[in-house]
Amino acid sequence: MSVATMDTDNGTLTLGPPTGAGGDVSDQRLLGHHDAGGGNLDDHWAQYGVLLIPDRDDPPWRESVREAVSASGLVGRGGAGFPSARKWASVSASRRRPMVVVNAMEGEPASFKDRALLYRSPHLVLDGAEVVAAVVGASEVTICVADDNRSAAASVEQAVTERNIAGVARFRISVVRPPAGYVTGEESALVSWLDRQRALPMLRIDKSVALQVARRPVVVHNAETLAQLALIARHGPQWFRQVGTAEAPGSTLVTISGAVRDGAVFEVALGTPLIDILRGAGVESELSGVLLGGYGGAWLRPSLLATPYAPGPMTAAGATMGVGVIVALPAGSCGLAETARIARYMAGQSAGQCGPCVYGLPAVAGDLEQLAAGQEGPDVVGRILSRASTIEGRGACRHPDGVVRLVRSALAVFADDARAHAAGRPCPGHAGATVMRFPQDTTAQRWAS
Amino acid sequence: MRTSQRVAIRVRVDPVACDAYGYCAELLPERVTLDEWGYPIVDGTPVGADLVDLATRAAAACPRRALLLERV
Ligand code: SF4
Ligand code: SF4
Repeated sequence: MSVATMDTDNGTLTLGPPTGAGGDVSDQRLLGHHDAGGGNLDDHWAQYGVLLIPDRDDPPWRESVREAVSASGLVGRGGAGFPSARKWASVSASRRRPMVVVNAMEGEPASFKDRALLYRSPHLVLDGAEVVAAVVGASEVTICVADDNRSAAASVEQAVTERNIAGVARFRISVVRPPAGYVTGEESALVSWLDRQRALPMLRIDKSVALQVARRPVVVHNAETLAQLALIARHGPQWFRQVGTAEAPGSTLVTISGAVRDGAVFEVALGTPLIDILRGAGVESELSGVLLGGYGGAWLRPSLLATPYAPGPMTAAGATMGVGVIVALPAGSCGLAETARIARYMAGQSAGQCGPCVYGLPAVAGDLEQLAAGQEGPDVVGRILSRASTIEGRGACRHPDGVVRLVRSALAVFADDARAHAAGRPCPGHAGATVMRFPQDTTAQRWAS
Repeated sequence: MRTSQRVAIRVRVDPVACDAYGYCAELLPERVTLDEWGYPIVDGTPVGADLVDLATRAAAACPRRALLLERV
């Protein structure tokens, strides 16, 4: 069991031991033993074992990796939960050499898992990226770390240098720094930034067509997904499936904050009851709700805390796993006021392209602020719900849809509070809402244009 | 059979390109209404032969070329 802290650019972050796995998840999985940023190639090999990637194209090896990853049941850890091996089909068809992009943008303000991973085990992410590059026939790997995230970038840059000095990097690996922001890490926005320095999402009519940079097809994977993949390439799908459930195999990284002393990143077995994960993280107090997934995620009511932490059960409970964000809202905090703050932040993070997002999100944020302050009559809840339905599905990307989901879940989970607020009796906690944290300097103006 | 295949289209809006001119809602109210901010809400039900010409005209009238016709 290892606990360590890392200095993030937004404060100190604790890296906790794996929890809730009945002792089955060994430290060998993602976060490793060592505390040092930057990792060390020898330590990395000593800990995880050497990963052999063939020197030149090796079809049987490629096929075996493809099969292992499919059989493992690994799904992407960047929020969409797409089966990882399926992402490779669209790029292999192209005549131009594909490019592998590592998405470590982590624009969710309450998520720290990708930076924790890059800080603690950068070589594991690089291993995964090299495996994918070899499988899809790429010559180049580009790692995207947001420009406000210095420690993670320094760590992975050092790891790349180490590989180059040791002469073991099979691919050209570069680290680039796109602008921080909630939407800049959206897959098409990231690719658009790489292609022409505009970090704006694109309308994708046919999602089976690969995104392109300089007319080359691109395969984008989240950083954690690649670290998981690096271990599957070593130990095989059966090993991966030793933890988790049949439908949701493996472990996953979560960032837990709220009713805990410090925000912390943990590795948990999928399917672990949420309540055990919270206890393992030291959440002991009474909760009024739990925010799951991220700021575009959903609230879960306290009576459902025994729900297994896995995509199916979470969806059935009206929540989502998203990027592994778990914010425990202490009893006495106002969930409506916290939701209003998130909605206002998310409105400010719109990429400013689509009317329903540009005008709709501030309107909903304003409605929620009035509800939170207890200023409105009983029809405000109806207006929020009707505006939510109007906005849903009408942006080029899913940014507004995340807000819609969050807001609907807030009105359901905090329905009693909403009734009291609408009747002019706000909860005492509404004025001092401070549980949700927001980055200081990531405004939409910093984007391209 | 051939005719019905040719006319099986639906409208869709590119929200990035659209600037809320609203001509689409005027020319094709059967499929397009406007939200409270003036942006089109599109009903994706395929249009029948009777509406194909009007849909085509609405798409051509959009100054931003934001109203898209999709074959289904
Ligand atoms: S939906 Fe919002 S965030 Fe997404 S592209 Fe449109 S304006 Fe930008
Ligand atoms: S006419 Fe074009 S720009 Fe105007 S509202 Fe319709 S789609 Fe948008």
